[in-house]
Amino acid sequence: MTTVLERVRSGREAAGERWRGAPRWVRWALLVAVIAFFYALPNKEFYQYLGPIPTPGANFTQVLFTVSIYVLLAVGLNIVVGFAGLLDLGYFGFFAVGAYTVAVLTSPSSNLKTLWPWLLVVPLAIGLTMLSGVMLGTPTLRLRGDYLAIVTLGFAEMIRIAAVSSEFLKGQRGFNQIPHPPGKYADGKPFFGVLDARPYYWLVLTLIILVVIGVRNLTHSRVGRAWISIREDEDAAQLMGVPTFKFKLWAFASGAAIAGLAGALFAGKQNFVNSQNFELLNSIIILAAVIFGGSGNIVGAIVGGGLVAYMIERFRGIELFGVELYEYRFLIFGLVLVVMMIFRPEGLIPNRRRAAEFKDRRKEVIVGE
Amino acid sequence: MLLEIDDVSLLYGRIQALHGISLTVAEGEIVALIGANGAGKSTTMRAISGIRPIATGSIRFEGEDISKLRADLRVRRGLCQAPEGRGIFPGMSVLENLDMGAYTRRDRAGIAEDLARVLDLFPRLAERRKQAGGTLSGGEQQMLAVGRALMSRPKLLLLDEPSMGLAPMLIQQIFDIIKEINEQGTTVLLVEQNAQQALARAHRAYVLETGKIVKTGTGAELLHDPAVKEAYLGVA
Ligand SMILES: Nc1ncnc2c1ncn2[C@@H]1O[C@H](COP(=O)(O)OP(=O)(O)OP(=O)(O)O)[C@@H](O)[C@H]1O
Ligand SMILES: [Mg+2]
Repeated sequence: MTTVLERVRSGREAAGERWRGAPRWVRWALLVAVIAFFYALPNKEFYQYLGPIPTPGANFTQVLFTVSIYVLLAVGLNIVVGFAGLLDLGYFGFFAVGAYTVAVLTSPSSNLKTLWPWLLVVPLAIGLTMLSGVMLGTPTLRLRGDYLAIVTLGFAEMIRIAAVSSEFLKGQRGFNQIPHPPGKYADGKPFFGVLDARPYYWLVLTLIILVVIGVRNLTHSRVGRAWISIREDEDAAQLMGVPTFKFKLWAFASGAAIAGLAGALFAGKQNFVNSQNFELLNSIIILAAVIFGGSGNIVGAIVGGGLVAYMIERFRGIELFGVELYEYRFLIFGLVLVVMMIFRPEGLIPNRRRAAEFKDRRKEVIVGE
Repeated sequence: MLLEIDDVSLLYGRIQALHGISLTVAEGEIVALIGANGAGKSTTMRAISGIRPIATGSIRFEGEDISKLRADLRVRRGLCQAPEGRGIFPGMSVLENLDMGAYTRRDRAGIAEDLARVLDLFPRLAERRKQAGGTLSGGEQQMLAVGRALMSRPKLLLLDEPSMGLAPMLIQQIFDIIKEINEQGTTVLLVEQNAQQALARAHRAYVLETGKIVKTGTGAELLHDPAVKEAYLGVA
């Protein structure tokens, strides 16, 4: 058993080595090709040739939008969980704060009747989610251990219950006529309309690229070194002069801000926000997606978020023994995760360091036996 | 005095681990702190480096009260600890670990100079510079922990059992290195189980028993003290 595990592990490591060993231009060319592929993907003229990839049970362009939102969330959560090693179980709560900020300030169904344009409210939504992250993090991040997990879980539940039951947040009835992002075609038709999901997808895709560039720069700086040191050994980080609380709060708040952005984009696309959009399960799915992809690695988080969101939608319209596979989605997802944790606990595309940390822990387990 | 600890008590919840201890370290000294398991040696180190708050008393560094200062700010003032159990970063390479030691510094030339010096002191680390910290042997990790603490160019180096888990040959070597570091101008506060070796090299030493200082003197005095001999040197 162990030898099989070892062989699977070392095979994957070899693939990683080949990628890192490839010349610069090869890696750039591949990267450009991948990005071009994803920009072209929502066009029917393109995806109709992709065989089984388009979803049979749902509009593929709509699915792509959902997937892109999940990818953005995974990239954000990866900062918190993957880089700084903070367990955030209520990440979707920040997404909700972002979406509701937009809804309350722009929708005619809101009591406030401010009717502000979408674009004006986006920075506000990001700012407010960041602030809620700071408020949540300030008391809890000083403590070690599982407090953060519990508090974030409670936070997401609190937001959801507020959304369901408070008159101000409209419960099930929700907010409608949330304005779309601005922009017009040459002929005066709006770029961001109701039927065509492609512009929204392209917008999110572009933002993902920008966010990833930002996060990458951050992780290659002193900030990134501080985060990794905190994740690996918080006491030692402090003894080396890293202001651990400050950097944990930074990671937590930047993660929250990205979720706020995702929420604002979601609200601007959907046109409608109600309490059903924010089930606790979503927080768990995103966390699982990040771990599945390889927490601590940006590419891993992107692949994890994208693959998980896509697979769930892909199950729609496929029948097995008379039941839609979609109904079994969480069972299948759970099974995949379990298998994954046995064969590759560090995730699909792990961070090199992270893999070493896991090895370190495996060794400890063996010593402990 | 570089470091003055005055009447410091420390609590872990309801357990009192330090009962009003006082000690001093002068510039250029090696001071050893010896005592049985659970005497409070590591706790004293935690109090000095600031990862545990003290209940009463004061800690002064270069004449200034640092009792309430955050741990990371104490490092900036020139206090650096190689913690017990090494506490190296398992996923980082040897070089990255050493680099973390210089986290508070921005003088590139000085950092490069210190890196060369550390690699010179520990040739084993130089050989394994690219290896992940978590895959080093116990002894190598110990060297890395000491080397990493040196990278902050501390005025006071706090070492918590640097010889723990090392083979006799290596123990000798690590004590020689500590002596060398000290001769190059770094003041050292050393916690040790290896009382013989520590006392032989320390200028002064303190004996800690259940959270209280019970004896102090020069290294040589304590080395020949009958009570110390019996309790800590394994000689009747
Ligand atoms: N986190 C903690 N919570 C509660 N009690 C603690 C904690 N850390 C240490 N103690 C207790 O405080 C006392 C002093 O511990 P300390 O680690 O300082 O001992 P030490 O002198 O370093 O021993 P050793 O030589 O075994 O390392 C011990 O009785 C220990 O059980
Ligand atoms: Mg100890």
